Amino acid sequence: MSEIAVRQPATFAAPARSRSRLRVFMRQRSTVAFLFTLPLLILVSVMVVYPAFYAMHLATLNKRMDRFIGLSNFTFLFTRETFWMVVKQSCIFAVSAVIFKALIGFVVAHLVHAIPEKGQRKWRGMLLVPWVIPPALSTLAWLWLFDPSYSAFNYVLGGLGIGPIPWTGDAMWARFSVILVNIWYGAPFFMIMYLAALKSVPAELYEVAAIDGATFWQRLWFITLPMMRNIIAITTLFSLIVTFANFDIVWILTAGGPIDRTHVFATWAFRLGIQGGDIPLGASVSLFMLPILAVAAVFILRDVNKRAERM
Amino acid sequence: MATAAALPAPPAIDTSSSHMAGQDRRWAVRWAYFFLCLFVVFALVPPFYMLLTSLKHSNEISAATNPWWVFNPTLANFAELLSSPLFLTFFKNSAIVSVLVVIITMLISVPAAFALSRMKFWGSSVLATGVFLTYLVPETLLFIPLFKMFATFRDWTGIELINHWYVLLLVYPTLTVPFCTWIMIGYFASIPKELDEAALIDGASWTQTLLRIFVPVALPGIIAATIFAFTVSWAQFLYPLAFTTSQDQLVLSVGIATTLIKADVFNWGQIMAGALLGAAPPLVIYAFLMDYYIAGLTAGATKG
Repeated sequence: MSEIAVRQPATFAAPARSRSRLRVFMRQRSTVAFLFTLPLLILVSVMVVYPAFYAMHLATLNKRMDRFIGLSNFTFLFTRETFWMVVKQSCIFAVSAVIFKALIGFVVAHLVHAIPEKGQRKWRGMLLVPWVIPPALSTLAWLWLFDPSYSAFNYVLGGLGIGPIPWTGDAMWARFSVILVNIWYGAPFFMIMYLAALKSVPAELYEVAAIDGATFWQRLWFITLPMMRNIIAITTLFSLIVTFANFDIVWILTAGGPIDRTHVFATWAFRLGIQGGDIPLGASVSLFMLPILAVAAVFILRDVNKRAERM
Repeated sequence: MATAAALPAPPAIDTSSSHMAGQDRRWAVRWAYFFLCLFVVFALVPPFYMLLTSLKHSNEISAATNPWWVFNPTLANFAELLSSPLFLTFFKNSAIVSVLVVIITMLISVPAAFALSRMKFWGSSVLATGVFLTYLVPETLLFIPLFKMFATFRDWTGIELINHWYVLLLVYPTLTVPFCTWIMIGYFASIPKELDEAALIDGASWTQTLLRIFVPVALPGIIAATIFAFTVSWAQFLYPLAFTTSQDQLVLSVGIATTLIKADVFNWGQIMAGALLGAAPPLVIYAFLMDYYIAGLTAGATKG
């Protein structure tokens, strides 16, 4: 701080009066900066950092939270078949949903990019609607579309001669349904990010490629994908975290059922910790979301640092 | 376009090559429209069905007629909800919480972003990165320790936070502040340094520089951040589900999902009407401020 204060007046060939005034401001600077960031620091440390570590502490307590039991909660979880099912389901849910969101987002972004500029706004506006509706409310519409006896999808499929599908009743179909709703909700986000990225690719690159006789796939592989690499990586990582930690859609659509076949970490932690009253066990379950978070954090930090170097 | 370009070009014998390219391009656009229509149908079916169902009487819903048509449209579901004190309480709680959270978020994140982007101090860049990382910590990791923390807080001070709507004012900023700070850092960084240097030399204080120069210049960013904070608060589901249970303390998202779905009497017309009314504020904001909305969405990856 002081070094800036000393250097600044030297670079400004300003009159003495304003220079001393500047020095006063420089002296204030650290105080002001501290006061400006203080609320943020308090919020982040009290409401995010502390609870995150507190969760680790809670995970080492017994159900009544009066005794330290080390890793017993975890060893208990490892013996439960449901736990391994939840691990498997969380991974299948997050990975397949993110892959399809990314693919659909990519294709739709290209489609929007391909039509004349003046119509793009309208189409983009309609395609982003699933992202705008609060997921807890739009999932209710899906729940009604999937209703066991009044499913509107089954009505249409019945007209085509396809038997009633147990959308949320059968384990495999229920898994399919929660993934489908998640894709429906999340794909527009990918679309909007990819579209922004597509718009930032200089058109000259494509013109040169067209002159050289490049095919569509060559242009995609050698121009579009390398230019969009960063955004694809960041968006995918980001979505992987959010999808892995998803709660709303699964909770409303299936509440983890049938017989725990669609539980993911978040919903199972809620079931055990809040509804079941075993806070330490719930905290232990939710902690399994940390590894994916750590991996993502490393990658994102790398990107952020690169960006800082460019600035 | 992907599909369109992959189609083999029709063998053209007589046509000139430029004519052929024009035709190809026209077909590519036609195929793009065709597939866009399919995706738009996929995107809009649930909200459309929401609207359809909300216009039906419950006996029309239970009579297994064609679900994709309304034979006797009615606004009774909306009228009933808008005259139900419970639903209006949900709406009021949601509105109060979201507006207050937006204000709290802006009061915290705008000065912090200003300090982090302009007043380089020891650790400022580490802090900026740290803020972004906290944005990645999901609420599903924090709700259990927070629940216990609020219980401990009550034991210490006698102030009951759980099961009061104002507990949400404490927890929602953890979802909104980090990202809004990040957006604002990006917007502030794009303001030329000469502007604040000139202001400081002219004798403006840091606070004046922020309020008189940065806030007006970065207004688009502030609008984008405000929209983000509002829609996130409005849509949040897990925290209110975990921290509030009394009916008069519920916000809209939880209220509709828990009280309107009664054990076995499913009144879907009313549920869908409620969901539609609950989705209306974000949809209206989106319809009128789409560009700001999208700017806020893409800011995380393209700005800063």
